[in-house]
Amino acid sequence: MSAGVAAITMPKWGLTMTEGTVVGWLKQQGQRFAEGEEILEIETPKITNVVEAPSGGTLRRIVAQAGATLPIGALLAVVAADEVPEAEIDAFVAGFAVVEPSAGQEAEAEGVKPRDIEVAGRRLRYLELGEAGGVPVLLVHGFGADLNTWMFTQPALAAGRRVVALDLPGHGGSAKEVGAGDVESLIDAAEGALGPLGLERVHLVGHSMGGAIAASLALRRPEHVASLTLIASAGLGPEINASFIDGFVRMARRREAVEVIGLLVHDPALVSRAMVEDVLRYKRIDGVSAALAKIAEAWFPSGRQSLDLTGRIAELAMPVQVMWGRDDRILPVAHAEALANRLPVHILDAAGHLPHMEKAGEVNRLIEQFIGSVSERVGT
Amino acid sequence: MPQKSIRQALNEALAQEMRRDPTVVVIGEDVAGGAATEGQRDAYGGVLGVTKGLFAEFGEARVIDTPITESAIMGAAAGAAVTGLRPVAELMFSDFFGVCFDQIFNQAAKFRYMFGGKAKTPLVIRTMIGAGRSAAAQHSQSPYHIFTSVPGLKCVVPSNAYDAKGLLIQAIRDDDPVIFCEHKLMYDLRTEVPDEPYTIPFGEANIVRDGDDVTVVALSRMVHYAGEAADILAKEGIECELIDPRTTSPLDEDTILESVERTGRLVIVDEATPRCSIATDIAALVADKAFAALKAPVRRVTAPHTPVPFAPSLEKLYIPSPERIAAAVREVHGYAG
Repeated sequence: MSAGVAAITMPKWGLTMTEGTVVGWLKQQGQRFAEGEEILEIETPKITNVVEAPSGGTLRRIVAQAGATLPIGALLAVVAADEVPEAEIDAFVAGFAVVEPSAGQEAEAEGVKPRDIEVAGRRLRYLELGEAGGVPVLLVHGFGADLNTWMFTQPALAAGRRVVALDLPGHGGSAKEVGAGDVESLIDAAEGALGPLGLERVHLVGHSMGGAIAASLALRRPEHVASLTLIASAGLGPEINASFIDGFVRMARRREAVEVIGLLVHDPALVSRAMVEDVLRYKRIDGVSAALAKIAEAWFPSGRQSLDLTGRIAELAMPVQVMWGRDDRILPVAHAEALANRLPVHILDAAGHLPHMEKAGEVNRLIEQFIGSVSERVGT
Repeated sequence: MPQKSIRQALNEALAQEMRRDPTVVVIGEDVAGGAATEGQRDAYGGVLGVTKGLFAEFGEARVIDTPITESAIMGAAAGAAVTGLRPVAELMFSDFFGVCFDQIFNQAAKFRYMFGGKAKTPLVIRTMIGAGRSAAAQHSQSPYHIFTSVPGLKCVVPSNAYDAKGLLIQAIRDDDPVIFCEHKLMYDLRTEVPDEPYTIPFGEANIVRDGDDVTVVALSRMVHYAGEAADILAKEGIECELIDPRTTSPLDEDTILESVERTGRLVIVDEATPRCSIATDIAALVADKAFAALKAPVRRVTAPHTPVPFAPSLEKLYIPSPERIAAAVREVHGYAG
């Protein structure tokens, strides 16, 4: 393979992705870009995401045009310096072979499957990526979501550390029976999962209701928590979009789901049909609507949040950062802005309530840098 | 998630509902396999193995193996339904509806209406449809359009195992009579099916694939043939939006109309005969409510107006094929007015 000539290939995001569709190119053929710049958009099983440049260079050849649906690993474009001759680019494209997963890799892929643990007699599902090394990361999703909400986050953080994504009770592949479903019971579940998951000390990352759970756990058991990242977190003010919560609990049909799920993002056009279908498939399972109704009643009674942690932020003993989408229509960005004089707060433009999916690259970088700086400080 | 066949998905739906609700009973020919004969009961679990294991778990009071008498099965089931049970009755071949149609058409379908809304009839009739096994003219038909035409009956035509399980549980919990049509060539078709019970609402079509050029509505096994056609057509640059209505009564009119309003072109694929059929019904619906959106005539790809032939070569010609579907789509796509 020629030195200095690199392929951009179809990425694999999340468990179920086997192929992706090129939505469009954000750089023209012949254009130069720096590392981290957005190169193209890919439609995935959930939401359209951007591919960022792994390194700087020139987009010498676009191989896959907009609209093309290709398997993971397929050649999308060729990146090289300007001085590399055209013939070498031709040869690279002609000689490119999609890496067939070897037996070993397939066995590894077999291993990357959600597993179950039992916490207080209840089955909880989790997915683990990465290998033991640095302090592990625990990802806690929000109301009505599941571990797949971390499809862009989890693989990005998994270099050199374990990254575990948990399904909360009543969610994803976990048991649908939630008991009281109140704040305490969900914190209990998250805390109870640490032992069976072999997580002594973690970087906690929580989104929305999962943020409030993560923050509560950090207050309750600070010795387990190395750092705390709160993404569009609940528990930081009383306001919440009650019609979203209500709609999510009630919705049974695609038409309703499209509308409700559209509230989650800055640009509803980015939400794929498969994402809506996944949410509906979850909602159709016996006990799910009842579980969500219980949780909603305990956490968000009469359209307000019952848990307010704003007075306790100062008690958090570990480094804390906050991220929020500027166009969040579920939890107001004002909740983040109110913390800006006390904590590092990152407001992301062109993002709604799912910045970790809508602005995956940026959020991943912020988490990675934050975790890195914490590890340096404590010398681990 | 585990992969399951339609047969397994249906069996799981029946077993889970029978565990959840003691009023759910199964009744039909051979559902417990060979009553009043020598040998092991429930050895096969119905002629296609869908009820396997139910007799052993729930016993003969809830898995009722009957003589060959469709009129008695449907009469007993309709009466049981209106007096408090939730029977799942099996009409082995849908072609046999003729001998028990009074019980279905005139009794079960009418109870709620005749009793001023005070009676409910939570009856499910599972029945086999479809050609393709050289079972000849009396064992190969797809008469779901006849059930669909009866007010008071609901009609389900699943095309995959995920839908089959969710729709059968929905049918069992529904308070009206539901005809549940299983295509005899699809029992081994597998897809991901959750272990937990779940329901799919009636009257909600599944959009199998998105496309902007031509709307294709297909039913039951034809969903898969239409999918094959769409694959061929995609290579030619024609993108089909493939809609599986899942239930023909109620019918999700909005999903079909919204799609046609966008594409302006419609092909309907239906294994049944063409006169007074679902294909004809949907064509009428679109002519009625989306006429201004149409850029080309509506095309129906159906069986011919004949009995199903026994000869395998003729039967193959009888059933709509991916090639015929693709040709119809090309025709409406290329229509210049």
